[in-house]
Amino acid sequence: MSYFIQQIVYGLSAGSIYALIALGYTMVYGIVKLINFAHGEVLMMGAYFTIFGIISFNIPIILALPISMVLCALLGMFIDRVAYKPLRNAPRISALITALGVSMFLSNFFKLLFGAEKRKMPDFPALKGGYVFGDVTIPYKAILTLVLTLVCLITLQIIVRKTKVGRAMRAVSEDKQAAQLMGVNVDLTISITFAIGSALAAVGGVLYAINYSQIFPTMGTLTGLKAFVAAVLGGIGILPGAMFGGFLIGIVENLTKGYGAGGWSNAVVFGILIIVLLVKPEGIFGKNTREKV
Amino acid sequence: MALLETKGLGITFGGLRAVGDFEITIGDHELVGLIGPNGAGKTTLFNLLTGVYLPTDGDVLVEGKSVVGLKPYQIVEKGLSRTFQNIRLFKDMTVLDNVKVAFHHKMSYGTANTLFRIPGSKYWKEEADIDKKGRELLALFKMEDNVNDMAKNLPYGKQRKLEIARALATEPKLLLLDEPAAGMNPQETKELMETIHFIRENFDVSILLIEHDMSLVMGICERIIVIDYGVIIAKGTPEEIKKNEKVIGAYLGQ
Repeated sequence: MSYFIQQIVYGLSAGSIYALIALGYTMVYGIVKLINFAHGEVLMMGAYFTIFGIISFNIPIILALPISMVLCALLGMFIDRVAYKPLRNAPRISALITALGVSMFLSNFFKLLFGAEKRKMPDFPALKGGYVFGDVTIPYKAILTLVLTLVCLITLQIIVRKTKVGRAMRAVSEDKQAAQLMGVNVDLTISITFAIGSALAAVGGVLYAINYSQIFPTMGTLTGLKAFVAAVLGGIGILPGAMFGGFLIGIVENLTKGYGAGGWSNAVVFGILIIVLLVKPEGIFGKNTREKV
Repeated sequence: MALLETKGLGITFGGLRAVGDFEITIGDHELVGLIGPNGAGKTTLFNLLTGVYLPTDGDVLVEGKSVVGLKPYQIVEKGLSRTFQNIRLFKDMTVLDNVKVAFHHKMSYGTANTLFRIPGSKYWKEEADIDKKGRELLALFKMEDNVNDMAKNLPYGKQRKLEIARALATEPKLLLLDEPAAGMNPQETKELMETIHFIRENFDVSILLIEHDMSLVMGICERIIVIDYGVIIAKGTPEEIKKNEKVIGAYLGQ
């Protein structure tokens, strides 16, 4: 039993990273109906920015992380302006292909800049060890991950529910034209959505680097893909769905690994995606939008 | 100075002249009706006025200043607001939030406040302010019991009313109503007429009304403009319009 609980603890920790990243996918999809495949690369860059801040400029991580969040936010807005905005009224498939292109460009660009080899995340002595409850250990890293994730999730919920930006985002995601005719600056609102999603991805990237102690230019590809699965699982476009999906994927993955089927963990994650798409294509939290004839 | 003035306003889609040479002037506190057969270009005209379409020729002046080329949200700031022929509420938002969205352009608190909601800051004042104004506005429309309902769950008549309330929340000088009586039964249409009267008594706003329901237009408008194939074929009081041969021709076919 304690072994099982231990796996759940690891799962929650990994899952919160997926949740943070999944939120970016789901927010952007909700507002411009685009699967932003470059999102995984944003998380990679968030991790790189933070580590370079720490190593090259000797900035403490507590400062490096917010700086990296701001940089990623700007970058997310920049990607939208350059790559997606010109295609806003183009067929959706064009924007999707562009997103794939941006993703490949960014990961290869970073390979060129910093080399393909894995870099070690500096160790933080304060994060070594954990609380021990009988046979279950809760690593400090996991606590940091969960706390930081919860802070982000709560802040996001407050922004979406209680501020003018959040109301504008909800309005734009329902009906862009009606929103702009009610005085909402749609382009700005979309930019802000990209900024928030990218800042969350930066946090996800840094937490990934802390938990797995390494960074590399393609780290965002598979992590991003799994977070995307999480977003679809929860119902793409729905924020609580993305959170739930993220935690679910993290737990399932760690249980598979913990019970001796480590090689199968990705297969299980994507297997779940296939089953969900077959049984409930709109996702667990999704509403059934049957088309009227 | 006229509140709204258009000069030679027109738009061409491909080879089709959807609206041409459109000239109209609306003053303060007027109620003007715009009628015409299906496809005459009425909604296209609304889209030109509100910046959804860019006119291919002519000019739109709001209080003497051209608004052509401005984005729709900027035109809202100039004092134009509208409703839609097919209701376009934010269906999955509450009634109150629908109205609050329309206050958006009047709010000025910044990023720091959005992220941290600093105690005692502008955020709290402005949010409390629009909450109060939103509730008061809905109370005027007798919807105070619906503030927390999802917009999609309202009955049809109330959805129409909410759309008008939302448009009024932007505090417009000119309200454009696009077929507000579409899909309404006679009882609802009667209530709508009362609502329009009510707006005129309680808000300092002019109204340009597109409508199919003749009794509604004839009953409440002081001035009527008739268009067909994108051009004005008649202007005048309801009495004059009723007798106009061109209008009768356009509606009944010749």
